[in-house]
Amino acid sequence: MHALAGLPTADTLISANAVDYVIIALYFVFVLGIGVMARRAVSDSIDFFLSGRSLPAWVTGLAFISANLGAVEIMGMSANGAELGISTVHYFWVGAIPAMLFLGVVMMPFYYGSKVRSVPEFMFRRFGTGAHLVNALSFALAQLLIAGVNLYLLGSIVHALLGWPLWLALLVAAAIVLSYITLGGLSAAIYNEVLQFFVIVAALLPLTLIGLNRVGGVQGLKDRLTEFAASAPASAGVPPAEQQLSSWPGQALSGFESPFWSVVGIVFGLGFVLSFGYWTTNFVEVQRAMASNSMSAARKTPIIGSFAKMFVPFIVIVPGMIAAVLVKEIGELKAGGSPPGGASGEGVKYNDSLLLLMRDILPNGLLGVAIAGLLAAFMAGMAANISAFNTVFSYDLWQRYIRKDHSDDYYLRIGRLATVGATVIAVFTAVIASSFSNVMDYLQSLFGFFNAPLFATFILGMFWKRMTATAGWVGLSAGTLSAVLVAFLSEDAFGSASLGVIPVGGQGAAFIAASAAFVVDIALSVVVSLFTRPKPASELRGLVYSETPREDLVDLEEIRLPWYRRTLPLAGISLGLVIVLNFLF
Amino acid sequence: MSDQHRLGAPDPDEKRVRRHTAGAFDIRNFIGALLGLYGVILTLMGIFGDKAYDKTGNIDANLYAGLVLLLISAFFFGWARIKPIIVPEHVEPADEDPTRPAPRRRPRRR
Repeated sequence: MHALAGLPTADTLISANAVDYVIIALYFVFVLGIGVMARRAVSDSIDFFLSGRSLPAWVTGLAFISANLGAVEIMGMSANGAELGISTVHYFWVGAIPAMLFLGVVMMPFYYGSKVRSVPEFMFRRFGTGAHLVNALSFALAQLLIAGVNLYLLGSIVHALLGWPLWLALLVAAAIVLSYITLGGLSAAIYNEVLQFFVIVAALLPLTLIGLNRVGGVQGLKDRLTEFAASAPASAGVPPAEQQLSSWPGQALSGFESPFWSVVGIVFGLGFVLSFGYWTTNFVEVQRAMASNSMSAARKTPIIGSFAKMFVPFIVIVPGMIAAVLVKEIGELKAGGSPPGGASGEGVKYNDSLLLLMRDILPNGLLGVAIAGLLAAFMAGMAANISAFNTVFSYDLWQRYIRKDHSDDYYLRIGRLATVGATVIAVFTAVIASSFSNVMDYLQSLFGFFNAPLFATFILGMFWKRMTATAGWVGLSAGTLSAVLVAFLSEDAFGSASLGVIPVGGQGAAFIAASAAFVVDIALSVVVSLFTRPKPASELRGLVYSETPREDLVDLEEIRLPWYRRTLPLAGISLGLVIVLNFLF
Repeated sequence: MSDQHRLGAPDPDEKRVRRHTAGAFDIRNFIGALLGLYGVILTLMGIFGDKAYDKTGNIDANLYAGLVLLLISAFFFGWARIKPIIVPEHVEPADEDPTRPAPRRRPRRR
C-alpha cells in the first residue's frame, strides 16, 4: 500500500505502520479466498441466491447480525453513545431483540415454510401484484441507496485512515465486494459476514477494554462523565449525567421532555412499530435465515443472532462514551466547541469518535486489527445490501415481470449481472453522497418509512384470512404516505423541508411517523377487506395461520433436540437476559 | 417442508441430510486461520514491538489480545475437527409454486 505513495494523499488521521498494513492485507486475502472457495459450491440459482438452503443456524445467526452491523450501525451508534450516553442501548435491547425473537418464533415459519425465495415473493403469494410491486421496487431502490451510503462511508474511512483519495478508495472497495459476491453469491456474502463478525469483535473488544483501563474502569467512566456533564456550559446541551448513565426513561434519546411519554415513545414507537417493521420484513435480514438448512435452524437464526446483538452495545456504545471523556476533540465538540480535523477534514463530528479513540489508545498491531474490523463492517453492510438486491431484482422483478420461463442458468447470469449493475450504481450513489450528504440522510429516512407499514400488512395478512389483495396494496401505500406526511409536519425529519406543525423533532418524529403508518395501514386494511373479496382458502395454505396445518409451521424433529437447541427455550432465555440487562443499566 | 419423512433423523440441524462432502470449505477453518495469524502477529508485536504504554495505560495490550486470539483460533480449529460440516446431497428445488414463473431447471455444466 506504500506503493501508492506516488498518488496525491492527504494527511492521515491515524499513523498505521507496516505491521498494521500486513494485518489489513491478510484480511482481504481471506475475504477474496472465501469468494473463490464458495465459487466451487455454486451450481444453480438456488445456491447463488439462497446458499442452497444448507447453512447451520450459528452461521446464519451471526450473519444475521453482521449484515446489520455495517458502517451506519458502528459509527452511528458509537456517535450516539458519545453524544447521548447509555440510552443508545434502546436501539438494541428495545429496538431489535423483541422484534428478532418475534421473527424467529412467529413469522419465520411462514417465510421458510412457504418456500418463498424472498420477502416480496411472500407478498406476491399472499396479496398478488399490487402489494408485490410496491414492496419489491421500494426495497430494491432502498438497497441501492443504502449500499451507496455504506460504500461512501467505507471510502471516507479509507481516505481518512490510509490517505488514499476518495475515488480510489471507492473503486477498490467496490471491486472487492463485487468480486466476492459475483463469485460466490450469497454463500460468500454470508461466510464473509461470519468472518467479519469475529474480526469486528476482535477490533472493538480490545478498544473497549483498553479504553476502560485508561479511564479507570466503569466507575472511572461514570465519574468522568458526571464531572463532564456538570462542568459543560449550558449552551452545549449536554444531557445530565443521570440521563447519560441510565438507559431509562431515555429522554436524551427520544427527544420527549416528559419521562412518561419518553418511555411510551421508546417502547411503542421504537420497540414496536419501527423495529418490528425493520427486523421482521427486511429481506436483507430474512434472507440470512432463509439460507439455513431446516425450519428449526431458520427459526433459530434471529434468536441466536439476538444473543450476539444484545452484547454489541458494550463494544460499540461504551467506546463512544469513553471517547467523549478521553478524546480531546470529542470532548471539545460535546462542550459546544467545533474542533477542526476529523475524517471529513471539515471539522470533528461525533461519527469520528471511534477513529479518534483508536488513534489515542491502540498500539500498532491492534491498530491494524481495528482498521481491518472497521473495513470489515463497512463491506459487510454493503455486501448484504447488494446480495439482497440481486435476489429481489432477479426473482421478483426480472423473472416475474420481464422475462419469465427461462432456464435456471439464465437467472443465475442475471443475478451476477445485477450484482455488477448494483455495484456500479452504488459507486455513483456514493459519489453523490459525498457532495450531498444531507439529501442522502433524508432519502434514507424516506425509505425507512416504507418499512413502517410493512409489518402491519404482514402480520394482518398472516393471521387474518379475510384480508384481501386490494387491502394489501391500499394499506401499504396509505401507510407509507401517512408516515411521509407526518414527517413533513414534524420539526426536522426532512430538515428544512419539514413544516414544524407537530412540535416533535429528532427520533421522536420518526417514532410518531412510524406509529401513524402502522395505525393507518391496519385501519384501512380492515375497512377495505370488508368491502372486497378475499382469496379462496385453498390458496392460503402456508401463508395464513388458520389455513396452514401445524406441521407446516414447526419443525417436528426439533423435539428430539436437547432443550438448549430448541427455538422456544432459546427465545425465552434471550428475552429474560434482555430484561435483566434493562434493569441493570 | 415435509418433515414426516425424516422423523428417523435425530438432529434436524446436522443429521437430517445425508453425509456428503465435508470439504475444505468450512468457515470455521477460515475463522481459525485468520484469527490465528492475527494472534501470532499481535503476540510477536507484544513481545518485540513498541508496547506504547502511554496509549494503553501500562498494559501490554498486543500481547494479551494476541494470546486470546490464539485461544479462540484453537477453539475454531478444534470445533471444525470434532464436528465436521455436512453438505446436503439434495436440496428441494423451490419451484413448485404454481403462481411463480417457474424456471426450467437444468443441471449446470461444471
